[in-house]
Parts: sequence; C-alpha cells; structure tokens
Amino acid sequence: MSVDYRKISLDGLWHNNPALVQLLGLCPLLAVTASVVNAMGLGLASTLVLVSSNLTVSLFRKLVPETVRLPIFVMIIASFVTAIELLMQALTYELYLILGIFIPLIVTNCAIMGRADAFAVKNPVRASVVDGLMMGLGFSIVLILLGGMRELLGTGALFANMHLLFGEAARNWQVVIFSDYKGFLFAILPPGAFVGLGLMIALKNVIDMRLEEKQKAAPKTDEPPPSKRVRVTG
Amino acid sequence: MSLIRMSSPHVYKANSTANVMRLVTLAMLPGVLAMTVFFGWGTLIQIVWASLLALGFEAAMLKLRKRPLGFYLGDFSAVVTAALIAVSLPPLAPWWLTGVGVFVAIVIAKHLYGGLGQNPFNPAMVAYALLLISFPVEMTRWNAPFVLIDGASVASFMDTLGAIFGSVEPAFYDQFTGATPLDELRHRGGLTTEEVWRQSAVLAEGIGAWHAVSAAWLMGGIFLLYRKVITWHAPIAMLATLALLSSMFFGYDPDNYADPLFHMTTGATMLAAFFIITDPVSSATSNRGRLVFGAGIGLLVFIIRTWGNYPDGFAFAVLLMNLAAPFIDLYTQPRSYGHTRANKGRGGNA
Repeated sequence: MSVDYRKISLDGLWHNNPALVQLLGLCPLLAVTASVVNAMGLGLASTLVLVSSNLTVSLFRKLVPETVRLPIFVMIIASFVTAIELLMQALTYELYLILGIFIPLIVTNCAIMGRADAFAVKNPVRASVVDGLMMGLGFSIVLILLGGMRELLGTGALFANMHLLFGEAARNWQVVIFSDYKGFLFAILPPGAFVGLGLMIALKNVIDMRLEEKQKAAPKTDEPPPSKRVRVTG
Repeated sequence: MSLIRMSSPHVYKANSTANVMRLVTLAMLPGVLAMTVFFGWGTLIQIVWASLLALGFEAAMLKLRKRPLGFYLGDFSAVVTAALIAVSLPPLAPWWLTGVGVFVAIVIAKHLYGGLGQNPFNPAMVAYALLLISFPVEMTRWNAPFVLIDGASVASFMDTLGAIFGSVEPAFYDQFTGATPLDELRHRGGLTTEEVWRQSAVLAEGIGAWHAVSAAWLMGGIFLLYRKVITWHAPIAMLATLALLSSMFFGYDPDNYADPLFHMTTGATMLAAFFIITDPVSSATSNRGRLVFGAGIGLLVFIIRTWGNYPDGFAFAVLLMNLAAPFIDLYTQPRSYGHTRANKGRGGNA
C-alpha cells in the first residue's frame, strides 16, 4: 500500500483544514487568538499533541478493540496533554498562565480525537505522523493568522510579548504599525474572533471557487476522490 | 344605477420600500432639527458624513455581491440606517467613530447576513453596541445643550467641522462636553435623586433641551403612525412597560429611582420607540408579537438603565429582543382565515 504524502499534506493544510473546513477546535481557536504569541503557543502545543497522539494510536492500532477505542484514545491524548502542560510550566511559565484552562482543554479539541479515529487508527505510523503534523500546522497557521489580524486591529501593533515564547531576545520584536492608535476592543473580544474566522472561511471558499473555475476551463485530469470528513461534535 | 364591480384587494398604490424609507427620513426631520438647535451643527454634519459613507459601502457591497446597484441604492434604506447611527452618536464624535459604525452596520450587520430584509439584527443598533463596547470614552462624550452655555461660546459651523474631522481636539472641547442626564443620575455617588437634581446643571437646566428633543422625535413618530408606516403596538407596549416599571419603583422609593417622566424623555426612549424598535425586518411580525417585543424591550431597558453599567440600554435591549423575535413570532401566530385555531407554537407548517 503506497501512501500519498502529498495528498495528506494538502488535506491538512488546505482541503480539509481542521479550522477552516472541519470547523473543529473552535473553542480554543476563538478564545485565545487575541494575539500572535498566544496563538503560536496554543498552535505549537496542539501540534505536538496531535503528532504524538497520532503516532501512539497508529502504533497500537492493531491491539485496540474497536468497541473501547474512544476511551483509549482519550487516555492517550490526555497523557500527552499533561506532558505538554508540564513542559510549558517549565519552559514558558508566563504563557502557560495566559493560556490557562485552554492548555488542559486541548484534550477535548475535536480535531485531535477526529484525526485519531479517522486516520491514525487505519493507517501506518509514518503516514499518521505526517497527517498529525500537517493537520497541526494547518490549525496553527489559521490560529496565527487570526491572532495577527485581531492583534493588529485591536492594538495597532504586532508581535507583542514574543519573549513569552522565544526568550528575552524577543522582547523588542514588537512592530507598531499604527502609532497613536486608539485600540479597537471589539477585535480583542470573542465576537471579533467569530467575525474574523467567518471572513477567513469566506476567503478560502472564494479561492476554492476560483481554482475550480480554472480547473473546469482546463481539460480534466483524473481527480482524486473527495476526502472523507469525520465530524466529531463538541 | 351602476356599481363598479371590483374584487379585493382595493389597494390603489403599492407602498414601495423607497417610499416607506422616504417617509421615515421625513419623520426624522423634527428630531434632527431639535438636536441641531440644542446641540449644534454636529448632528447635521454627522448625518451627511454617515449617509455618504453608507451609500459608498452599500455600493461596494452590492458590487461584491453582484446585485443591481441602482435598484438597491435607490431604496434609501442605507440612508435611514446612517441617519439613525448619526443621531445616536454624540454630535461631536470624531469622523472615524461614525465611519466604523457605518461600516459595521452596512457591511457586517446588513450585507454579510444577506442584505435588506435578511438581517436578523437592527444594523444601526449593532453598530451602536459595537462602538459603545469598543470606544466607551468617545461614545459617552456628549456636548452640553446650548442652554447651558452663554451665546458667545456656542461653536460655529467651522469649529464643529474642525472638531469632528480635525486630528487635534479643539480647545473648547472640555468646557463643552459633559454627561447626559442618564449618566448624571447614574454616577451620583451617595446622593438621593432629589439632591442630584438640585446640584447638577445638566439636570436642573439642561433637561429642557432633552425634553424638547424627545418631543420632536414623538412628533415624527405620530406622523409615521398617521401615515401607517408603523403600527402602534411595539412603541406603545415599550413606552407603557417602561412607564409602569419606573412608576412602580419611583413610587416605592423616590430617593433612589428616577421618575417615569425622566425615563420617557431622556436618552433614546422616544427615538427608539418610533424609529428603531419598529424596524419591520428585525422585529416581530404579527401585531400581538409586536406587543410582546415592545414590552420586552421596555423591561430590558429599565433593567439596564437602573442596574446596568452602560449609559443607555436601548442598543442591547433591542439586540436581545431581535434574537427573541423568531421565537415570539412562533408563539403569536394569529389564526388564519378559514382555520378554527391559531397555529401557535407549531413550527414547520410552511
């Protein structure tokens, strides 16, 4: 069985992006993306959990009985989240305090559970790791873009407090785009995140429509079958 | 004897959206005039600026959505939304504040939801609520009514234009701006209502201006009722609920609560009663539904004004009841002709 890594990567980053297409993990996505550094922190943590849980689930995929697979997945994911949480407490304590409850809540991020059940349990280890990495990257990119959008609109500057993640050297990375900016609180508050995410999804759909039109104009090549989307509520 | 035989409906002229919107604009004239007399040129400048922006955003969105430009621009609805935002903002609000408000109302609250007739929320109130949350300082800086200022220091047209569009705050700003009566009564420390009335210039002398502006909005409202643009149900239900609640609390403890007349004539009560909660798109549809809708707004406004943190509660009350409007509609469906019972509370019969 050959594995199409290109398709896995494109699915994770674009066609089946967890945030823009599957709309999974909206709770942390909307709650912590008020700044780039928060978004990066959460994106990094989620990606790490996603890669490790996909790896482990794939390793044990032949041993796990089908009927109790979900509790087992939850336990695997929870162990990794606990490990990441301890790691963040040790390395980036301030950021850990800012992200607060949303770090332990990664356990309930449906994107992670969804990938374990929809992909890792059916695929070999290497493909599962790549899938976890690409899904995590796709999620993180959306987080960071949304965080940047909201930070810029809300405070008129970008990359504030980057030292929380990258150490003291990054303290002055902040770029002030608009000086003498009054601040736009709406962008920082959760409603701003909803509007921002909605606009990003709209933009993705517009790009997809343009691409489709182009493809229609060009002679048809053999099309890959549409990816199977698994939706886990919550 | 010959009778002209005609079957119903006996309507001789269709009431187009454009016509309704023109009547609403006409009905706003007395209120706008009163605001200009008491608060200066700011109101007029805001209306012109907001309308220009609204038409611009509307045209851009129509183009983006590939809709006929002339048809929708000609219906005046963008201008009405713009005018409602302009009269709810402080007359000396900076130009960008109005700009953000109009953008949110037209682009986000109206067109992203599907355009005129599809918006679940009143666009002007979405804009107001967003601005109040995001820019509390600018949104609560009303200039004092002219009766409080001796004639010499009344701002000229050019001064006002400079205050709104200039980047520097003019010198007269500080002596010129102050709290509205609702604000004054809320932030009173330990004083009783009567003491506040005696001490505060805005309340003791400036209240006349607010009375006059409210009366002007009421005049416009009566005109709309007379021309059958709106029905009496929502405004009367809202005003009656607010009056009843405020009389009850004022009668119980006049030291701590404002009297009913104060609630009727300050803030946005009259403007909201006839121009905002009567929005045909985002309010309840049936007459009985409108009674419930109006009463709910009256109740919420009283609660927000009395115990809340914001200067006036209309934007939030209207948005909350907008959310409830489909639910109200479901339970207030009138009996349709030919049926013995109303189809209340049973959805899905479409």
